[in-house]
Amino acid sequence: MSTGVGTRGGADVPGVRGGAGVGRGPVATPARRMAALARAELTLLGRSRSTLLSAVLVPLTLPVALRSAVSQMDLDEAGLDVGLVMLPASIGFSLLFGVYSALVGIYAARREELVLKRLRTGEPRDAEILAGAALPVVVTGLVQSLVLVAACTVVLDIPPPGAPHLAVLGLLLGLVLCAALGAVTATVTRTVESAQVTTLPLVLLSMTLSGVTVPLELLPDRLASVCALLPLSPVITLVRGGWTGDLSAYEALGAVATALAWTVLAVFAVRRWFRWEPRR
Amino acid sequence: MNTDEHEHVIEVTGLRRVYGGGFEAVRGIDFHVGRGEVFALLGTNGAGKTSTVELLEGLARPSGGRVRVLGHDPCADRALVRPRTGVMLQEGGFPSELTVAETARMWAGCVSGARPVPEALGLVGLDARAGVRVKQLSGGERRRLDLALALLGDPEVLFLDEPTTGLDAEGRRATWDLVRALRDTGTTVLLTTHYLEEAEGLADRLAILHEGRVAAAGTPAEVTAAQPSRISFELPEGYFVGDLPPLAALGVSGHEVRGRVVRLRTHELQRAATGVLVWAERAGVELRALDVRPASLEEAFLGIARKASGADRAEERVV
Repeated sequence: MSTGVGTRGGADVPGVRGGAGVGRGPVATPARRMAALARAELTLLGRSRSTLLSAVLVPLTLPVALRSAVSQMDLDEAGLDVGLVMLPASIGFSLLFGVYSALVGIYAARREELVLKRLRTGEPRDAEILAGAALPVVVTGLVQSLVLVAACTVVLDIPPPGAPHLAVLGLLLGLVLCAALGAVTATVTRTVESAQVTTLPLVLLSMTLSGVTVPLELLPDRLASVCALLPLSPVITLVRGGWTGDLSAYEALGAVATALAWTVLAVFAVRRWFRWEPRR
Repeated sequence: MNTDEHEHVIEVTGLRRVYGGGFEAVRGIDFHVGRGEVFALLGTNGAGKTSTVELLEGLARPSGGRVRVLGHDPCADRALVRPRTGVMLQEGGFPSELTVAETARMWAGCVSGARPVPEALGLVGLDARAGVRVKQLSGGERRRLDLALALLGDPEVLFLDEPTTGLDAEGRRATWDLVRALRDTGTTVLLTTHYLEEAEGLADRLAILHEGRVAAAGTPAEVTAAQPSRISFELPEGYFVGDLPPLAALGVSGHEVRGRVVRLRTHELQRAATGVLVWAERAGVELRALDVRPASLEEAFLGIARKASGADRAEERVV
């Protein structure tokens, strides 16, 4: 690749034009672009100790801490047991800390470093830039959830799921929804530091009122029906329902519709309000 | 593809950009850049250079007017324009924890027909730094990495926002050589700079921006020619400006006297200088501190900055 330049009075800088496409890379397809961005983001994830700590370690240790609290709960009346609370809770932790909170910090960091702005000068579309950055934590969240499900099943002796398709659907919806909500929260997050604060409302709300730690079945009916509309509630409902197998088709559809509605809303908000460069 | 030499690769008409707070950074500018041209946007900080370039890059929609790059709207027809353009922003835009090679590999995956990464880094002399993290690079090395990424896709049109800011003399020269070599292979280059010698040495044509407007435009020679040349000297004791031949007859368009020092402005330097010197010779006068100075881009630039900061804000359009 050392085809010289046809210099007309210009300085001789070798290799400015490689000529005739020799050794040129392929056309950048959306999949290739997202793969390149995701690969870089995965490398960065491996080098960021704080993100690794909160995204991987926290979801893996929280269930252990939760177990004693759950064993104090009066679960028999709601037809649940410790395993059926712990398992959806573990997935909830993965989604909230491994995906959602981690992603808000990542988007904020890339915006601060002007990486998002720089990427927008190139071929990737806006959605590809955001999706490429989200891919590593989404995959991490998925793997983590599966590991936790396996661990819970073994340790707590949980019977196999009665309606596995609902659990799978719930987990996938949860991953997509948490990535989209991460981008929404990033629109109001100025810096990496402030991400620790801006992620709190959804994390706390979901832990307490979406059934992550306290099953909705234990709440008063009136409150429970309102809480069922919170973003993460349908995800937990579907996952728990997947194991108990006693979710009616009507309830399942309602949960899917709620999760999809939140996702659509989040995507709309991101398209409308996402900031690609820092405020000056 | 249209390879007509007079094809306008970049066309800007009545361009305006108003920011959220109401600040009007770009106030109606027009220019065009032909294929294979190097065009410089020159101006002081805050003149509107970056605001303009960002509209050309398609990062934002204009508040008014029109931008066409390669015949398309760079914002709406992004997918058509981006594979053919290369962009270097004023500031970095790389994750600090990636190495130079990792950054280039990421970018190469996003570019159609990318050069091999080592080749791109070699173009800017960064091949030896491939394994170094971006955060450990010097400011100049970061500029060069940015340039390497802008060149990865072998673009037809290159936007360079202050490409040599922060570079040392050697790095600046290397960048200039690269830009010239690119122009020689037919690449169209639009660059912004506040270095006059950079615009003068690189640009086929340029526009001087001031407060969001084009204050002067044309080839460096045209912009310079529109400025008067200057003659200054010190008259000896007992002589006054009135003793000189009628100034208008010498082609002098204006003059000022400060103590014994006389300054003349003229667009006919040879005629005016000859007139003054012939008079001095005949009158037996010694003109001390004689200084005859042709117009320069620097004079044009400073003149524009001066004029606009004074009361006279009339728009001066040279071309």
